[in-house]
Amino acid sequence: MTGYVLRKLGGALLVLFLLSVVVYLLFYVAPGDPARLACGPRCDAGQIRQVRDQLGLDESLVAQYLHFLQAIGTGRDFSTGTGVLHCPAPCFGLSYQNGQPVTTLLGDRLPVTASLACGAMVLWLLLGVGTGLLSALRRGGPAERVLTVLTLTGTATPVFVTGLLLLMLFCASLQWLPFPSYVPLTEDPEQWAWNLLLPWTALALLESAKYARLTRSATLETLAEDHIRTFRAYGLRERAVVGRHALRGALPPVIALNAIDLGTMFGGAMLTETLFGLPGLGQLLVHSVRTVDLPVVVGTVLGIGAAVVVASAVADVLYALADRRVTLT
Amino acid sequence: MTNRRESGTWGRLRARPGAVVAAAVLAALALLALAAPLLAALEGQDPTTYHDDLIDSARGGVPLGPYGGVSGAHWLGVEPGTGRDLFARLLYGARISLLVALGATVLQVVIGVGVGLAAGLGGRFADTVLSRLTDVLVALPMLVCGVALTSVVPADFPRPLLLVVVIGLLNWGGTSRVVRAQTLSLKKLDHVAAARLGGSGPWRVARRELLPALAAPVITYAALLVPTNIVVEASLSFLGIGVKPPTSSWGQMLSTATTWFRADPLYVLLPAAFLFVTVLALTVLGDAVRAALDPRERSRLRVGTPGGRRLRRERSAAA
Repeated sequence: MTGYVLRKLGGALLVLFLLSVVVYLLFYVAPGDPARLACGPRCDAGQIRQVRDQLGLDESLVAQYLHFLQAIGTGRDFSTGTGVLHCPAPCFGLSYQNGQPVTTLLGDRLPVTASLACGAMVLWLLLGVGTGLLSALRRGGPAERVLTVLTLTGTATPVFVTGLLLLMLFCASLQWLPFPSYVPLTEDPEQWAWNLLLPWTALALLESAKYARLTRSATLETLAEDHIRTFRAYGLRERAVVGRHALRGALPPVIALNAIDLGTMFGGAMLTETLFGLPGLGQLLVHSVRTVDLPVVVGTVLGIGAAVVVASAVADVLYALADRRVTLT
Repeated sequence: MTNRRESGTWGRLRARPGAVVAAAVLAALALLALAAPLLAALEGQDPTTYHDDLIDSARGGVPLGPYGGVSGAHWLGVEPGTGRDLFARLLYGARISLLVALGATVLQVVIGVGVGLAAGLGGRFADTVLSRLTDVLVALPMLVCGVALTSVVPADFPRPLLLVVVIGLLNWGGTSRVVRAQTLSLKKLDHVAAARLGGSGPWRVARRELLPALAAPVITYAALLVPTNIVVEASLSFLGIGVKPPTSSWGQMLSTATTWFRADPLYVLLPAAFLFVTVLALTVLGDAVRAALDPRERSRLRVGTPGGRRLRRERSAAA
C-alpha cells in the first residue's frame, strides 16, 4: 500500500513538473514582449530596458525557468530604480497591473472560490446521489423517466444559462433573493449562505446530473453482483441490503469522480463567478487574461493545475482504500 | 420491420424516435445557419446595424415596444443597448457555434486518432511518452487552459479559427485513449498480424487494417464531442474571450444578456433556447449513434426474439 501511494505521488510530481515547464514556456515564449506588458503602454525604451533587467529577461531560457522555480521555493527580490520589491516564497512573480505578489492576489480570491465550491459540492452530492439511487431502485417506473429527462436537460444546459434563468426567476420575477454579492463567511454566515444560494444551485444542478447517472449505474451494477444476491437469499431486509452493502459498492466511483471533477469545477466556477460577479479565482483569471497580466495567468493556471493533479492522486488512493477489489499496481 | 435493410446501423438509428427528431432539429438548425444571409435579407435586416431609434435611451437602452421590440421589421425584436436585429444576430451566431464546434471536433479526431495510433503501434517508449502526455491533457481543466491560452495569441488572429484551434488542441485526449486501446487489441488479431508479417509498414497497417475497424468507436466518441464543443465555445464567448464584436455568437449574446435580464427577458431566453435545443439534440443523436453502432446491440436487439423484446422494453423504459 505504501509503495502504491508513493508511486502515485511520484506520478503526480512528474505531471506537476511537466505542467510547470509547459505553462512557463507557453507564456514566456509567446509573442508579445513581457517587459513591454509589465511596464504598461506609456513606457519609453529606457524604462523597458530597466524592466528587462529586473525580470532577468536577457538570461537564457533555462536560467529564467530555474529562477522561476527558485522563486517558488525561496522568494525573490525585484529591484526597481528606487527600491527593492520583495516577493515572499512561494513567489510566482508580481502582477503587471498593480505590482502585488501573485500569491497575495490568489490568497485573497481563494475563500470566495472555496465557498462557492464547497457549498455547491454538498448540494450536488445530495441531489446527484439521491436522484441516482432513487432511479436505480425504482427501475422502469415513471420516477426514472422523469429523472432521466432531468439528467439529460442538466447536461445540455451550460452553467451560465442555468444561472441566468435562476436569476430571472428568483431575482427579477419572484424577488425572493437579492442579486448575489459576496459576503465573507466570517463576517455574516447567514448573508454568506443567502447570497451564495443561487450560484450554488446553478453549479450544482449542472454537476448533479453527472453524479446521478454515475450513482445509478454503479448501484445497478452492485445490486446485480453475487454477494448482494447472497445477502438477499439469507433474508436480509431490503433496506439493509441497499443501505449497507449496495451503497458501499456504489460510492467509490462517486468519490473518485468528485476528486477528478475539481478541474471541471474550476471551469464551472469561472463561469459562475463571472455571471454573478463573485470576486473569486475564476474571475481573477478572466480579468488577467483580458489585461494580459501574464504572471497572474501563469500563477492561477499552475495553482489550479496543481490542485487538480493532487486531487486526482488523492482520488486514486481513496478509491483503492474504499474498494478492496482494486489491484494496486 | 422484417425488411433486411432495417436491421443495419441505419435501421437501428431510424427505429429510435428521439434520434429522428434530433436529426430533424439539427438539420433545420444547419439550414437556418447556412441560409442566415438569405433569411436576414428576407427580413430586410443585417446583424450589425445599430438602430438607435428602436431603443429607449432614457431607460438605458431597453428596446421600445413589447417583448423586446418585436415587430414586422424585427421578427424577434432588437438587442438592448444597440438596437441591432436579434433574428439576424441569432442566425449568424448559429453559424459561429456550429462551425467552431464541427471544426474543433475534426481537429480533435485527427489529433486523437494520430496520437492513439502512434501510441498503439509505436514502441514502448513512444507509447509511454504519448500516454503520459494524454494523461496530463485529460487532467487539465479544459476551460481554464482555454481561457489562459487565448491570452498569448496576438489580438489580430481570426477569432473563430482561434476557438477551433484552442478547443481542438485541448480535448483530443479521450479520442486518443479510445484509439490506443482499440489499436492494442486489434494488433493481436490474425489479419493484422498477417499484414505485419507480410511486410506491411505501420502506416500501411494503420490505413488498411486498423482504420476501418476504428471507424465505429471513433464516430461514437466524436458524436458526443460535438455538443461538448458547442458548450465550450459558448462558455469562452460568454467569458468575453471568444468572438470579437461585432460578430455575434450565442455565448456572447448571453454574456451581454447578464445586464439585461430584468428589463428584457426575451434577450436571455432566445439565445439560451437555441443553445439548449442544439446541445440537447446533439446529445440525443450522439447517444443514439453510440447505441446503433454498438456491436452488442446487433444481435441482442433483434426483433422477434424474446431476449430482444425484453431488452428493447427495458431500453425504452430507460430512454
